[in-house]
Amino acid sequence: MNVQFRPESSASVSIKTAIADCDIHPARATNDELFPFMAKRWHSHLETYGKQAYHGMMEGPPYPKAQPNASRRDAWPPEGGPQGSSLSFMQKQLLDPYNVALGVLNPLNSGQGLRNQDMAGAICSAINDWQIEKWTSKDRRLKASIVVPTEDGVTAAAEIRKRAGDPNFVQVLLLSRNVEPLGQRRYWPIYEAAQEIGLPVGVHAFGFGGNPLTPSGWPSFYIEEMVGHAQCQQTVLASLVLEGVFERFPKLKMVMIEAGFGWAPSLAWRLDKSFEKLHSEVPHLKRKPSEYIRNHVWWTTQPMEDPERREHLFQVIEWIGWDKLLFATDYPHWDFDEPSRVLPPGVSDANREAFYLGNAKKLYGIS
Amino acid sequence: MTSPIPGGVDCDLHPAVPHLTSLLPYMNDYWRDQVTTRGMTDLVSQSYPTNSPISSRPDWRPTQGKPGADLADMQKQALDRFAVAYGICNPLYGVQMVFSEDMQDAFCRALNDWLAKEWLDKDDRLRGSIVIPTQSVEKSVAEIERCAKDRRFVQVLMLVMGDMPLGKRAYWPIYAAAERLGLAVGVHAGSAYHNPPTSVGWGSYHIEDYVAQATAFQTQLTSLIVEGVFARHPKLKMVMLESGFTWLPAYLWRLHKFWRGIRMETPWVDRAPLEIVRSNIRFSLQPVDAPPDPATLNRLFDHMQSDELLLFSTDYPHWQFDGDEVLPPGLSGDLVRKIMIDNPLATYGRLQTVKEKTP
Repeated sequence: MNVQFRPESSASVSIKTAIADCDIHPARATNDELFPFMAKRWHSHLETYGKQAYHGMMEGPPYPKAQPNASRRDAWPPEGGPQGSSLSFMQKQLLDPYNVALGVLNPLNSGQGLRNQDMAGAICSAINDWQIEKWTSKDRRLKASIVVPTEDGVTAAAEIRKRAGDPNFVQVLLLSRNVEPLGQRRYWPIYEAAQEIGLPVGVHAFGFGGNPLTPSGWPSFYIEEMVGHAQCQQTVLASLVLEGVFERFPKLKMVMIEAGFGWAPSLAWRLDKSFEKLHSEVPHLKRKPSEYIRNHVWWTTQPMEDPERREHLFQVIEWIGWDKLLFATDYPHWDFDEPSRVLPPGVSDANREAFYLGNAKKLYGIS
Repeated sequence: MTSPIPGGVDCDLHPAVPHLTSLLPYMNDYWRDQVTTRGMTDLVSQSYPTNSPISSRPDWRPTQGKPGADLADMQKQALDRFAVAYGICNPLYGVQMVFSEDMQDAFCRALNDWLAKEWLDKDDRLRGSIVIPTQSVEKSVAEIERCAKDRRFVQVLMLVMGDMPLGKRAYWPIYAAAERLGLAVGVHAGSAYHNPPTSVGWGSYHIEDYVAQATAFQTQLTSLIVEGVFARHPKLKMVMLESGFTWLPAYLWRLHKFWRGIRMETPWVDRAPLEIVRSNIRFSLQPVDAPPDPATLNRLFDHMQSDELLLFSTDYPHWQFDGDEVLPPGLSGDLVRKIMIDNPLATYGRLQTVKEKTP
């Protein structure tokens, strides 16, 4: 995960077996690349007022990344534009050498987390059209995620239903840091619509919802924001379970994206232990919290936790279940996990296949 | 089950203040008048509603009054029952919740004096933690210096959810004072509720807040480590109290990975996070957030890669275990001795001095 300088477009080991990459970040080459997909009024609005998020910066993130766009330094496309903005370069650097059979696009900076909900809705809808136009229609290995204006559940649900049955889309995408914990009722129309059209809901680490990044206020450093995604995601998952989202939407599937998974067993044990004593406060829950997690939640792998002794991580995976992990690289971001290096020898062929491809194909309905 | 051994140190006991009026004798005229004239209510924190099941084990709940308010009960149910040599009192009275630093200061002083007089004076085994008004670092340091003259105070006590992340430089004079005076710094579950209890705002339920405590400890550890507290204060011991510990290995694997990737941002962090935790951070035993099967637990202890991190605690009167099963099943005799005796004595320097003085 250190910054690595590699020869352009080469993977260190070429992968023979096909894999799924469940966290790829497509970027716009220019800011106005979305304009064809948006009503004219938004062009001038955006140029005049910009995008107002739940933090103070007009450009860039509040915590400066460790490198431009948090991306690999070798990921600038030769034709210009930011990292992740060129399909041909993505093919050359990621999809072809790693034999990616299924690549799930998770667009960031996509209108989610904006204060103006009409603007958020317009940008999200544009992003969804743009994903088809620029990516999935041009490379059939790529599949899109429906991005939605999360804080406006009604508009979000309409956007989800608009995409029902469209094979370009394989999931609904939310960010983890929102105005409220994601189990809250204001977000339920999103889950209702996702269940109705049969797509899983991915929750990708990141965003700003106006709350300090820790329960003790704002931390100082980017590393705290990054490590903190795991704590945020635990809170989000606890909220989804304790609010009864999985009781209300029994077919809902959720994917925890880019926040690690090593914390999952401890969280589930803590939830169960607390539930034993406090269940009378949450009588809407009919099962132990860990059962909802086991039945409804999947996890993308990157960034894999990195113990000194690798067998420790595999013991954690045994607790979670080999059938619940979805391999991801996070291309083009700097903390890219190299597919050929994440699993050592000794993992059974069946688990290896499930981890790299089988679980993702099954979850996302790809034959 | 694993049997406790005599002579241990219970590092997390919660004597309860019966009511705000119980502290009036320890306040000056001005604050006594403020409390009375303004009709101030009891400072019960949402972190531990009095009648919540976690706030007291059913068989430890008194017929009247707050759990943990009676010394005879604590002696019978915890100190005698587990035959400890010392019990460290961590009052969780909600003084941190008030917003005026002056009022917070007055209430902390009263609370600390109340603890010394009504608990420490009455049982030689008891030791105290100094509750500080963290909104003012200056007042906090003054209170630490005032109380530290009484060698029975062995620790400074802060809440895991406060006004700012604990590593922030503004707090460092507190750590300097603690290190200088031979005090550990305890960080206990609970919130001042000056910030929402999660990084995504307010949840709906008490159980949600309680589960979230563990994540608050994780963000605080990150802050303490990356801000460089232990590079500046290498001898400082910080104790995470009622934090849980089963989250620690996976948390450290993630922190270590990011530290390796972006250590250029915090170049003063000169040791790996795992090493810092091994030398400077300790965890109270209860709650044990894991299934009660020895195989899983032993695997977790193996993941922690150290037998020096845990300190015995009952979390009295909170409900973390039943019967005498304060130690999880399957611990070796060696580990029991470390958790109950060696590790606490190595953490709380003031316990050793007292022991040497009174053999």
